[in-house]
Amino acid sequence: MSDKKKLVVIGNGMVGHKFLQSMVNNEALQDYEVTTFCEETRLAYDRVQLSSYFSGQSEEDLSLVEPGFFEKNNITVHVGDRASSIDREAKKVLSNNGQSIPYDKLVLATGSFPFVPPIPGHERENCFVYRTIDDLIDIKKAGEKSKVGVVIGGGLLGLEAAKALKDLGLKTHVVEFAPRLMAVQIDDGAGEVLRKKIEDLGVSVHTQKNTQAIVDGEQCLHRMNFADGTFIETDVILFSAGIRPRDDIARDCGLTLGERGGVVINDHCQTSDEDIYAIGECALWDGKIFGLVAPGYQMAQVVADQLSAKENSFTGADMSTKLKLMGVDVASIGDAHAVTENSKVYTYVNGSDEVYKKIVVSEDKKHLLGAVLIGDAVDYGNLLQMKLNDIALPEHPDSLILPQRDGSGSTGLGVEALPDTAQICSCYDVSKGALCQAVADGATTMAALKECTSATTGCGGCTALVGQVLNKELEKLGMDVNTDLCEHFAYTRQDLYNLIRVNEIKTFDEMLEKYGKGYGCDLCKPAIGSILASCWNDYVLEKPHVGLQDTNDRFLANIQKNGTYSVVPRIPGGEITPEKLIAIGEVAKKHQLYTKITGGQRVDLFGAKKEMLPVIWKELIDAGFETGHAYGKALRTVKSCVGSTWCRYGVDDSVTAAINLENRYKGLRAPHKIKFAVSGCTRECAEAQSKDVGVIATENGWNLYLCGNGGMKPRHADLFATDLDYETLVKYIDRFLMFYVKTADRLQRTSTWMMNLEGGVDYLRDVVIDDSLGLADTFEKEMQTVVDNYQCEWKTTVENEERSKSFKAFVNSDKGDSQIVFVPERGQLRPANKEEILAKLN
Amino acid sequence: MKTQMVNELSGEVDVCALTDIIEDAGTAALVNDMQIALFYIKKLDQVLAISNYDPFSEANVLSRGIIGSLGEQLVVASPIYKQHFNLVTGQCVEDEKVSIAVYPTKIVQGRVVVMDPCA
Ligand code: SRM
Ligand SMILES: Cc1cc2nc3c(=O)[nH]c(=O)nc-3n(C[C@H](O)[C@H](O)[C@H](O)COP(=O)(O)OP(=O)(O)OC[C@H]3O[C@@H](n4cnc5c(N)ncnc54)[C@H](O)[C@@H]3O)c2cc1C
Ligand code: SF4
Ligand code: FES
Repeated sequence: MSDKKKLVVIGNGMVGHKFLQSMVNNEALQDYEVTTFCEETRLAYDRVQLSSYFSGQSEEDLSLVEPGFFEKNNITVHVGDRASSIDREAKKVLSNNGQSIPYDKLVLATGSFPFVPPIPGHERENCFVYRTIDDLIDIKKAGEKSKVGVVIGGGLLGLEAAKALKDLGLKTHVVEFAPRLMAVQIDDGAGEVLRKKIEDLGVSVHTQKNTQAIVDGEQCLHRMNFADGTFIETDVILFSAGIRPRDDIARDCGLTLGERGGVVINDHCQTSDEDIYAIGECALWDGKIFGLVAPGYQMAQVVADQLSAKENSFTGADMSTKLKLMGVDVASIGDAHAVTENSKVYTYVNGSDEVYKKIVVSEDKKHLLGAVLIGDAVDYGNLLQMKLNDIALPEHPDSLILPQRDGSGSTGLGVEALPDTAQICSCYDVSKGALCQAVADGATTMAALKECTSATTGCGGCTALVGQVLNKELEKLGMDVNTDLCEHFAYTRQDLYNLIRVNEIKTFDEMLEKYGKGYGCDLCKPAIGSILASCWNDYVLEKPHVGLQDTNDRFLANIQKNGTYSVVPRIPGGEITPEKLIAIGEVAKKHQLYTKITGGQRVDLFGAKKEMLPVIWKELIDAGFETGHAYGKALRTVKSCVGSTWCRYGVDDSVTAAINLENRYKGLRAPHKIKFAVSGCTRECAEAQSKDVGVIATENGWNLYLCGNGGMKPRHADLFATDLDYETLVKYIDRFLMFYVKTADRLQRTSTWMMNLEGGVDYLRDVVIDDSLGLADTFEKEMQTVVDNYQCEWKTTVENEERSKSFKAFVNSDKGDSQIVFVPERGQLRPANKEEILAKLN
Repeated sequence: MKTQMVNELSGEVDVCALTDIIEDAGTAALVNDMQIALFYIKKLDQVLAISNYDPFSEANVLSRGIIGSLGEQLVVASPIYKQHFNLVTGQCVEDEKVSIAVYPTKIVQGRVVVMDPCA
């Protein structure tokens, strides 16, 4: 065949695949015929984000392989086939399925396996590890039939797994052998704070427990007996007691291993056989296994460079980490235990807010060596950069962790201070320089920057910093400097909102006079009209406001292509009595309106001429309907599924919840429309995860999802909080909505708002749950004002004769618009097209 | 009241009382079977009139647009596809090939008078 060199890669995990991508990027691929063995039944996926599989990410979402990758690059992949041995003499790799592939160069990227302590009973039914998608599928299945779950091991991964069990609706325990959680990363003081945080999530923590045996339980499937004589009963057990490198295949062919396992490699990532490389979690460099993805990616790059004759070597990697747990900020940087000789330690503990921060600095107090942050890890990015780039510390290093009470903002160094080489995203090895370049090349939003550099898409720890770099660059490029709403107002929507609130401005003219110029336009008028409505909730057709409204708001109906309007009565939660259904039918029939069931679980009546609207609405209101705000940048619908009332799987009454939520927030004016949905169980028939606000019932309450979107650019909602009681749910939604209303740009849905929100969903949790801005009370009060001032705009309109008159087709005639023509189709009327109109006129 | 007194000699049509038009917003009127859009600009104390027909959507809707200014021009934005039309010249701002009819107006003793487009 070809005289190409043969390259075999064992393992298509995160690092193995990164290596293949690096080969493609290096254009080294044409020199090699590449084969890879992938033991799992799926190609490489994002293990770091594994837990998000439970919160709704699909296999496709997690996949790291772009469609067509292997075909396009001519790489042979054996899926579901394990390389079983290496014949170093013949230079061949043999596989379980009987493949025998020759190699010139071989790369081991076999990863690691979870260590399962040899406790008697560990192989019982419903005992799992937490490593692959298959593991998660099994755990989920077992979880459905279980009540209690235990995670053995209170490290980073164990806590993540515990949270996942909790989200599956299990009563969850974490059992840890050491005296504190995350013993490797943090010290005792921090351990205490962390323990409280984890317990606040509803997970019970048991430290200093040595499991001796797992036997039959009485209430549950298992009983775990501890050395101190105590026990726990549980249905599901997850082992998360550390990882061990998968080095068996290397051992069998005689490669040098470390004393406690791991394939020994040099700085070029070569094993004791110079034609065999090892990268990722199976490799042992300088006596260390790196259980994080970033160092593995570096090794992948080193080997790809070697194979394309570029100089590069592995020189170790930073092991700082941040826990990916909602509501629990935990981060550890560098020398967290202050083992460096003569190092100095500063600690800040705030018991009431459950915040613990510690920094470790060099003897001369000039350099940061390590840090531990619990409860507030906002400064993680900044501190990490200080350490990695050896940036000189301020005179009083403790100022880095003391709270800034004077409102002067975060202490950290500005991103300005960082060199271009500073690695901002360690998961994807993205430097500050690379981010700046991407911004210069046109990635001018967080979303675009994410997409083209992958920064922030791993552990998310770098989000705040990436946002800062973005803003600084935009400023430099003079790009985003103009955030003016339009030529009449040199302010952002957010500024305008604050001006209106603070100065209690009640009309557009007042605003124009004080802060604007010219006459206003179709951008600033509706925007300010909407802010006025959000703040004061006046009737939008009140004289000073009427000219501000887009035609839809002005006539309280949606304009159609032929100048007629549609009519959408509110049907909260999609629940409707037969009487009301008949009433709608009768109104539609009488006025010959085209009738259609909408995608929002209600009924839309089309083809109403402007002058007919008050009459139609009068009839609907008499039949007990209210406006559906289908025309407004406002709450649209709260979709529901039938829920526990009827459905055999429902765990809570989604219809009642949906109706209550819809009635609470109806009429709220916002930067853009807002949609909710409530599902009665995880089958999710109401599609709540595609809504701005999604609510899903669990055995223990309600899970809240935020910032989803259907439409043009669909976005899966983020799981924001779990197992809430209804009051807390409403409280969080109040705060969330008011925060959005206050800070979003004009016509920005919650999804794009979120994607541009510095700090992302974690920040949002800080604001909404932890009240980091101290605004929660205000938000709730403001929302209550809106709720209390609710009025059905159509009711107000039809009750006022003057107002109804303003719907007339012509100010000086009782005629209608004769140029609107309809034709019949399938038993209803629709707008005539051009030819049909001409035909009619002739 | 909607008296429609036609003054044959001057070709002027008394359309309505000024108070019938919502200030800084549009109102449609039927003048000799033609639809026109009237806008009362409060700052100028002046009524501007243009055709109500939006050539882009081919519907009679311009009276339902939002008015304002773009630079020095007074404009209305079509409520359907949002093109702007100069209220004084009828020129479309986005497309120089498109313009619509404009009608001279005056305010006489609190009444809005439009020059009869058919005269
Ligand atoms: C009537 C309806 C289609 C139907 O026959 O089912 C509809 C009709 C319109 N949609 Fe929609 N949307 C309708 C459900 C949806 C849905 C489905 C849903 O809500 O579950 C979506 C995707 C979900 C979402 O919003 O995330 C949807 C995404 C859009 C979008 C894209 C929004 C986005 O964020 O990408 C627009 C354009 C916009 O708002 O800028 C839009 C805009 C429109 C407008 C207002 C376009 C316009 O300006 O004329 C349509 C006129 C409505 C009218 O005259 O009443 N409509 N639209 C549905 C009314 C639902 C209701 O009862 O209120
Ligand atoms: C739940 C979870 C959360 C995590 N969170 C983080 C985090 O926040 N940050 C972070 O940096 N890291 C995190 N990690 C660790 C990270 O996932 C690993 O560091 C990374 O996956 C290592 O990549 P790898 O390619 O070396 O191993 P893997 O991704 O495990 O890939 C190895 C692959 O090789 C296959 N294989 C093994 N032997 C053979 C054989 N003989 N033949 C064929 N195929 C074989 C395996 O089946 C596997 O698919 C997390 C891990 C888990 C499980
Ligand atoms: S999908 Fe497009 S055409 Fe259909 S209703 Fe929505 S906006 Fe209109
Ligand atoms: S550092 Fe983990 S995503 Fe950037």
